[in-house]
Amino acid sequence: MDLFKASEITKIYANHTALEKVSISVQDQSIFGLLGPNGAGKTTLIRIINQIIAPDEGQLLFNGEPMRQKHISQIGYLPEERGLYKKMKVGEQALYLAQLKGLSKPEAMKRLKEWFGKFEIMAWWNRKVEELSKGMQQKVQFIVTIVHEPRLLIFDEPFSGFDPINVNLLKDEILRIRDNGATVIFSTHNMESVEELCDHIALIDNSRKILDGRVKDVKKAYKSNTFEVAFNGFYGSLKSILKPGYELLGEFHEKDEDLKRARIKILKDGEANNLIKQLLPHISIHSFTEILPTMNEIFITKVKEQKTK
Amino acid sequence: MKKILLVIKREYRTRVKKRSFIIMTILGPILMASVFILPVFLTQMSDGSAKTIVVLDETGVFYGKFKNSDNMQFQYTVTDLESAKENLRQNDDYALLYIPKTEVTVPTSANLYSDRQPSINVKSYLKNVMKKEVELLKLAASGIDEEVLRSIKTKISINTIKIDESGSEEKTFTEVSMGLGIFAGILIYMFIFIFGAQVMRGVIEEKTSRIVEIIVSSIKPFQLMMGKIIGIAMVGLTQFLLWIVLTFAIVTGFQLAFTNQLPKDEMQKMIPANSQLTIEAGEEEIAEQDNDMARIFEAINSINYEVMILSFLFFFLAGYLLYAALFAAIGSAVDSEADTQQFMMPVTIPLIISIVIAQFVIQNPDGPVAFWFSIIPLTSPVVMMARIPLGVPYFDLYLSMGLLIIGFIATTWLAAKIYRTGILMYGKKVNYKEIWKWLIYKR
Repeated sequence: MDLFKASEITKIYANHTALEKVSISVQDQSIFGLLGPNGAGKTTLIRIINQIIAPDEGQLLFNGEPMRQKHISQIGYLPEERGLYKKMKVGEQALYLAQLKGLSKPEAMKRLKEWFGKFEIMAWWNRKVEELSKGMQQKVQFIVTIVHEPRLLIFDEPFSGFDPINVNLLKDEILRIRDNGATVIFSTHNMESVEELCDHIALIDNSRKILDGRVKDVKKAYKSNTFEVAFNGFYGSLKSILKPGYELLGEFHEKDEDLKRARIKILKDGEANNLIKQLLPHISIHSFTEILPTMNEIFITKVKEQKTK
Repeated sequence: MKKILLVIKREYRTRVKKRSFIIMTILGPILMASVFILPVFLTQMSDGSAKTIVVLDETGVFYGKFKNSDNMQFQYTVTDLESAKENLRQNDDYALLYIPKTEVTVPTSANLYSDRQPSINVKSYLKNVMKKEVELLKLAASGIDEEVLRSIKTKISINTIKIDESGSEEKTFTEVSMGLGIFAGILIYMFIFIFGAQVMRGVIEEKTSRIVEIIVSSIKPFQLMMGKIIGIAMVGLTQFLLWIVLTFAIVTGFQLAFTNQLPKDEMQKMIPANSQLTIEAGEEEIAEQDNDMARIFEAINSINYEVMILSFLFFFLAGYLLYAALFAAIGSAVDSEADTQQFMMPVTIPLIISIVIAQFVIQNPDGPVAFWFSIIPLTSPVVMMARIPLGVPYFDLYLSMGLLIIGFIATTWLAAKIYRTGILMYGKKVNYKEIWKWLIYKR
């Protein structure tokens, strides 16, 4: 079931088109990656979902209902451009922001204390925000984003400004929140985290959606039938034993290893099994893996493709 | 609605807790109270040291005519000018008054020697006494009896009485009303500037600290803007009330503490007494002052406080609301306070014009200038407030109020459109053309 669905969203500013007929659907309890280069229209789309701006055309459905102002209390949003009131005390500020999301004061207090304990920042409750390190501020922001337990979470570049330890803390937290029933939209340039976390992605470039689907499917669709084989027992190039229809992309022999590695692309509709059959009489195979393109590669290929069009 | 309250509460609390607010709240009344207290205090101070003035009168006309007072002691001397000057240097006297002998008629000039700049009070006292004496001499010379002259001298005071439509009469006091009008106008002007600028700074703070996008994902930009404007208005009202209460407290406290110490005659002077025309120099002025005091007291009592206070509150708030929205819009369009300059102009100019016009209007409260500027919403808060103590037709007043309400709804509506786009624009140099585009955007 889709928790959120945007269909044919168009937003035109005075002199440029920010979004052109973009549709996405976000499945309940999944993590959805919204990808795209800078200025592609991601932030506009996110602001539309948050009801900060309204689309010129198109429809938004939240949990099957047309989206209205009341739904924003079920959304948690961590913007890319984020900050806190510098002169305000951390706890007071977190309370204020939680209450703005519709929590009652005692309830907000209870939940915030829990979270502050979990992130080990309780000691900072009465300090001013300006005394906090950037990472610490990000933790506070993360907490106020999720404290009202929204059904839909939107993170815009959530990991910028975090050290690796805290990135992991955050990733674990995001996965746990998803497992507890929330849905996450996740906008980022960090392709590693996309592969690690996302179930679905949509790639937006130049105000249009150019790709979407499940991460697995996308990768499958963009695989190039390349396999890596690790072997020993053969000296010289594998080229001599490969029949036509296969292309040797490269051979590596790492210094400390006894094994050699080779990447072979199967041209046409050949099967991996046939390749193994060919190689088996000559070498002893230690491993045989299909090389799938990374999201990063797909991202770059697709965006470049768009440019040349 | 509940969320607007949260915003108002935050704006109010953080501002009222600020050190600058507390300092201003304490400092303001001390400054204002000192305006009332200082003059009294100073006259007491100067009582302590009497100035010695040596009189070298070659004509002999003024012997014994200068009266010793708390402030001035007179010594008469008969030497030549040079040795008198020498004495002045040695004796640490305040001044030497030298009245040279005149050959023909009566003395009309004198020299005052001193090692410092003689005070105006001393100078004018000396002048008055001499003038009176010379006049008496001249009267005697032309054979007019002093008694006759006194009976001829007449003091005219014109009481202005307003007759309203129902025929009831009311004594009016133009000068006091003018003063009150301009005072109220200046207060509104200051309030709009000080707290309007606070709104602007608040918006810039939210923008530069990048919290604004977090907040507008919870509430509408309009709610955030209105919450801020209302919250700051309440801060202003709080400060204002505290100022009035504290000033009043300080002044009364001071009066209570010092009433006992004040000499009897000083007290007499402060209480408006019946005007007795005494010919004696100095005292005549005091009598006149008493008379003025009495008129001022009467005038203060004659003011229609209900109308005054109610309309003050209205123009105070409505004027602030009108401008605060514009200040908020400016704040939203820029990235730092340094960039506000180009947008401040169109907002400050009507305010400055209104304070200039107000000074003109109190002298001519029924002319077309007064009418138009007290009707146009951008200038009406200040100009109308200056007019009200002088009496304004109800038609003008209600028209002005109505237009001001429409005006502030209109500016708020316009400002909100700029605001909601502006707060999400980072790092972009904005000009008027850009703002025009924001105005015509759909949301």
